[in-house]
Amino acid sequence: METNGSRYSHEVREHDVLIIGAGGAGLRAAIAATERGLSVGVVSKSLLGKAHTVMAEGGVAAALGNVDPDDGWQTHFMDTLRSGKFLNNWQMVETFTKEAPDRVYELEQWGALFNRTEEGKISQRAFGGHTYRRLCHVGDRTGLEMIRTLQERTLATDTRVYMETTVTRLFKNDEGRVVGALAYTRESGRFIHFKAKAVIMATGGWGRIYKVTSNSWEGTGDGCVLAYDAGAELVDMEMVQFHPTGMVWPPGVRGLLVTEGVRGEGGVLRNSEGERYMENYDPEKMELSTRDVVARANYTEVTEGRGSPHGGVYLDITHLGYNGIMKKLPTMYEQFKNLADIDISQEPMEVFPTIHYVMGGIKVDPETCETNVPGLFAAGESAGGLHGANRLGGNSLSDLLVFGRRAGEGAAEYVKSNGYSTEIDSSQLDTEKQRVLEPLERQDGENPYELQQQVQEAMMEHANLMRNEDSLREGLEKILAVKERVPNVKAQGSTLFNPGWHTAQDVRYLTQISEIILCTALQRTEQRGAQWRLDYDGPDDELGKINFIVKKDEQGEIGIERREIPPMPEHLSRLFDEG
Amino acid sequence: MSNEDGRQDAEQKEMASKAYADVHQDEEEAAKGTTRLKIFRGDAEGGSEVEYELPLIEGMVVLDAVLYVQAHQAGDLAVRWNCKAAHCGSCSAEINGKPKLLCKTRVEEYEGQEIRVHPMRAFPVIKDLVSDVSWNYEVARSTIPFQSDEQAPFIMYEEDVERLYEPKKCIECFMCQDVCHVLRTHHKHPEFAGPRSFVRNQWLEMHPKDIESRVEWLKEGRGGIGYCNITKCCTEVCPVDIHITDNSIIPLKERVADEYYDPAKWLMRKIRGRRSPKTGQIVGRNGNRNGG
Repeated sequence: METNGSRYSHEVREHDVLIIGAGGAGLRAAIAATERGLSVGVVSKSLLGKAHTVMAEGGVAAALGNVDPDDGWQTHFMDTLRSGKFLNNWQMVETFTKEAPDRVYELEQWGALFNRTEEGKISQRAFGGHTYRRLCHVGDRTGLEMIRTLQERTLATDTRVYMETTVTRLFKNDEGRVVGALAYTRESGRFIHFKAKAVIMATGGWGRIYKVTSNSWEGTGDGCVLAYDAGAELVDMEMVQFHPTGMVWPPGVRGLLVTEGVRGEGGVLRNSEGERYMENYDPEKMELSTRDVVARANYTEVTEGRGSPHGGVYLDITHLGYNGIMKKLPTMYEQFKNLADIDISQEPMEVFPTIHYVMGGIKVDPETCETNVPGLFAAGESAGGLHGANRLGGNSLSDLLVFGRRAGEGAAEYVKSNGYSTEIDSSQLDTEKQRVLEPLERQDGENPYELQQQVQEAMMEHANLMRNEDSLREGLEKILAVKERVPNVKAQGSTLFNPGWHTAQDVRYLTQISEIILCTALQRTEQRGAQWRLDYDGPDDELGKINFIVKKDEQGEIGIERREIPPMPEHLSRLFDEG
Repeated sequence: MSNEDGRQDAEQKEMASKAYADVHQDEEEAAKGTTRLKIFRGDAEGGSEVEYELPLIEGMVVLDAVLYVQAHQAGDLAVRWNCKAAHCGSCSAEINGKPKLLCKTRVEEYEGQEIRVHPMRAFPVIKDLVSDVSWNYEVARSTIPFQSDEQAPFIMYEEDVERLYEPKKCIECFMCQDVCHVLRTHHKHPEFAGPRSFVRNQWLEMHPKDIESRVEWLKEGRGGIGYCNITKCCTEVCPVDIHITDNSIIPLKERVADEYYDPAKWLMRKIRGRRSPKTGQIVGRNGNRNGG
């Protein structure tokens, strides 16, 4: 252990590649970089295997064509772009749809087990917005199978995993390259200076900026803000996905996810009048329309007074019967039985949209996942570009695999061809340690949990799935008022496993991300995918040609650029002409 | 202003009101009096129970109660949680001496009783409800991983893999480890891998495409399966209903017995090294490429 002479000591750990986040993307990146013979460290805020990936239920989208032989990458490509309302980075989508099948087979090679077809192949189920049955799955616990497989594969390598460790800042050297990070262990508050030649952000999303979300406490957007602070560009930040079906009752489980697999297996949505209302919103795809459409339908039915007693709509899967449900959706059965006293084989579920996923994130190179900041890479939900204005269900798990691997290889390539120094000026370390400890040392100040709650309520009220200028502006005012109070948070107790102190760090991320979302949502004055402005009618063709790119400007304020989406090459645009 | 415009304006106004989502349809309304909770507060040096009173909300689980205390009364109260849906296995602790997932245990279940929440006892306490479970990951690292000599995609039929689904449901809450007396009472952590590990070894051993053998690891190596005297405590606490004793441990014990106590196989092993029961291939004495 190496320490310096300042007031608070720290350890130094050196790796070629430091990966922040141990969900699907982080672990897949770790496996890729370790396979290239590099020293890899993975930092996780939680224990290994608890990342939000574990909550993915429905499946991994990959055009294997096992059930519907006509499926191929081309159809998956078109489905993904149509769902994303063509804001997607088409180059990422092409890579993604072509590579997803191999990434699924690779999991099988590592011991993952999917449900089988009669021919003994991986079975695939229908899902919203996918033309063919495309989601490889194991019951309704596909994410668990995936993270366990990646976790066990990682533990079989020399990758070093730092569990329950939180990164607070990225360090850059004199040349402006990212060369490490400061972190503390949650158990004791001990500081670690990670020296690394490359850093991969795989920190997931930021659903915790909302009051009702399917996300765990971890989804606070740390990675996105740390990258933004380091000068990275962000893309499509206004795009937040509301999953159409979250639980509504009892209050403690409000927002908990009800898998789209329920609709994939034939689940039907009805309002309090017994009407199968999806006929009015998307008569062709019905319940299997894209998430943005179904979420708005559910929201509209309830706000127009056709909701259930607890403010939801009804989702009915009783036609499968007890045995069918236990085979296809056992987790859902248990979840409703245990938490809501509902037997879903006998009666319908009450559901309402819940914040689930963010399409926006750190802008990356489609091939290597490198950001505009040298030495910094990103993958998974924390990165943006693949999903455009709305993500298709099942595309996130394959996203983690395809771009997790590419980020690991991209970082490995970068490290091998560069010999930059990871040394930084020690004053950077001291300043950051001091900042992190301030909430404990301050005599008195704001309660971090209260600030967190105020952000969550403001975003819930003003940046929900229907938006308008007045409401967004009001939300922005509230967020800016909270932001001003963040430097004055006070945490009780010591550095020993102290959630109050940890929350004091998180509120900075919550306010920063919320401010960015509100500012970009104000600029996208149209109805497109997840961004639904009630004060504008329909999509705006001009806005359909651009992404909003966010970058911290020289004054430290949010800089927003309208960047044109490059035209699709002929071999891709032709697909739409033919199909 | 034309009629047309006027109508649009009115529509606009009505629609616009929906851009303000209702966030205050509140928990407070669902409060049904108050409840009390005794929570262990302390660390490796020691500690004691502290009683908290809070509003009882309909359908509330113990984790909700603990998080309420954390947000309103004791900001530094340590508890692990993630998904809040019994999928991730983070919030394991002991309620009235029994291992429970805090997110799956309703407060109403304890009506008329005390609720005393403590950390898991089979592991060292870090602080409050958080114990140090890192030992489980060391055991996992020592386990012989999946290995196949075939190239995926595999052809496997439902009937070949059906029995693998159950052990693969494990959410690693480690409550089976917590309740297992070999660990909890006899502290055999250095030589016994525990029920969680046997569950994983079961699917690995039964996977039709896996070529490794873990029998030696289970018997003579890190596994220490002989210590288990099948009292089924682990099965009783499993939150995802894995029949750990019947479906994981007993079949593995049978495999060990076949390999070690069949005289012909014993002699063969002495002469030729160990033979994989699945593939008939001879594997190395240690069998584990990654170190045991």
